[in-house]
Amino acid sequence: MVNTWIAATLVAVIAGVVGFFVVLRGAAFVAHAIPHGAFGGAAGAVLIGVNPIAGLGVFAVGGALGIGWLGRRGRHDVATALALVLMLGLGALFLSFSVEYAAAIYSLLFGEVLGVPSDELLPIAGLGIACIAALAVLYRPLMLTSIAPDVAEARGVGAQRIETGFLLVVALAATMTVPVVGVLLMFSLMIGPAATAGSLTRSPRNAIALSVLLALATVWLAVAVSYLTYLPVGFFVGTLGALSYGGARIWTARRRGRTAPV
Amino acid sequence: MNQVLHALFAPGFFASDRVHAALVVGAVVALVTGAVGVFTVIRGQAFAGHALGEVGSAGGSAAFLGGANPLWGFMGIAIVAAGLIELLGLHRPRARDVATGLVLGAGLGLAALFLYLDATSSSTTGVTVTILFGSLFAVSQQMLPSIVALSVVSLLVMAVCYRMLLLSSLSSDLAAARGVPVRAIGIAYLVIMAVAVSLAAETIGAILATALVVGPPATALRLTKRPGGALVVAGLIGVAAVWLGIVLAYDSYYWPPAGHGWPVSFFVVALVFLFYLAAGALTGIAQARRRRRWETAPRLAASGCAEHPGAAV
Repeated sequence: MVNTWIAATLVAVIAGVVGFFVVLRGAAFVAHAIPHGAFGGAAGAVLIGVNPIAGLGVFAVGGALGIGWLGRRGRHDVATALALVLMLGLGALFLSFSVEYAAAIYSLLFGEVLGVPSDELLPIAGLGIACIAALAVLYRPLMLTSIAPDVAEARGVGAQRIETGFLLVVALAATMTVPVVGVLLMFSLMIGPAATAGSLTRSPRNAIALSVLLALATVWLAVAVSYLTYLPVGFFVGTLGALSYGGARIWTARRRGRTAPV
Repeated sequence: MNQVLHALFAPGFFASDRVHAALVVGAVVALVTGAVGVFTVIRGQAFAGHALGEVGSAGGSAAFLGGANPLWGFMGIAIVAAGLIELLGLHRPRARDVATGLVLGAGLGLAALFLYLDATSSSTTGVTVTILFGSLFAVSQQMLPSIVALSVVSLLVMAVCYRMLLLSSLSSDLAAARGVPVRAIGIAYLVIMAVAVSLAAETIGAILATALVVGPPATALRLTKRPGGALVVAGLIGVAAVWLGIVLAYDSYYWPPAGHGWPVSFFVVALVFLFYLAAGALTGIAQARRRRRWETAPRLAASGCAEHPGAAV
């Protein structure tokens, strides 16, 4: 059970930090698509007898690069949608080839927080540190391209390269946390707390800190209630995320007498 | 000639009832999603389209658990989600992005709940997974009238609102200035999209319904700038992808490795993707040729004519 708390904490910290930038850049679709599509890679890996996490990583990175490439030549949301469905289509193909391993793959959809082996904790922590380090290095150009893309372009900041770097960070975060909380959950944990934090405070540093705190609170509460009720963790994370954001919006609207910006 | 036909269509293709049903339902769904999808792409709501499909699968699972037809559960919850997305989303694209994300997250949480309940209450491998991935060959004949009726109704509603929808999609400010009820049109459109996605999900599965709602319309918009033309072309491309996918899936029955055929949804998605890339390549070549023509006409080039500004799709 201790492993569960440690894993949940690590995942929440990564989600809180990465999620802040996801919400800022309006990249919720990409944050959903990359982990979701990566699931297809896990199915393929199981098919050829390789560790599913490796397959997950390959598809996550491939998906990130693919979305970046398609997005350059066409609409961004179209690129994301098509990359996502292609990866999922491949996943469906791989799944159809190997019926006996289906159960292991389905657990990737919703995660196994309540059963994390000890040897997975170190890689999760390592890759989490790598994500946060990458974001720290990219912080200034990332903020500039997110908030004022014209100014960034005028200053010669390569928006494409920053975008690719950011997508790769999302892919990295997804790869390590997806096996723990599942493909469909990682995304909720990235959006809910960060969106709530963003509507409560203007300062980026406060927002990141608040986002991490909210993510931790969400995950701890969800794990605790899930443990008591035997209902899936994902259900509580998704619901808490939506409720906390709704609550934050209502609260700031009452305080300022008008709808709060996101 | 016979040999060519035998090579293309595995034996029994034209005689099979399931194939007939698949071809008819597939074509109807492709036409509806193609038309609806053109506006989805223009409005930049591909995420919402995908989200509605996944949230709908929670409703479909719930309906199935309760003994009802999944299609109605799917559509019910998708429509509720559409309303929520519009209410929470306001007008800023990033706010809409977050709202869609949160509704999707909550919906997926519900889906997790139902998958769990379904797995513990019965020994089936999971109706949710079937809803997520679907099977065109398993469409029941009884659903065909409902599917056709819903498709026709959706297309009629869109035809009635066509001008208002087009204007508010291209420029919401201009539409508002001209008295178009932009908010109401927005909600109505999301509801139509919920219905279209539900129909598509019933046939090729929730996750891959996104492919038909986004792919053929985006391809069509790359090939033609006129929205009316795009509606038709999107439908045709969708039908082509679905029918070709059915043929390939049927032919693949004896292919390695498993000997029970490759999923039709895989073929449809792969074809949709290939058509999109092909359209991109064609427009790229056409643009390059146009640029070369401008460059070799020195008089015109000197006057500083800009490249034809078309919205990249």
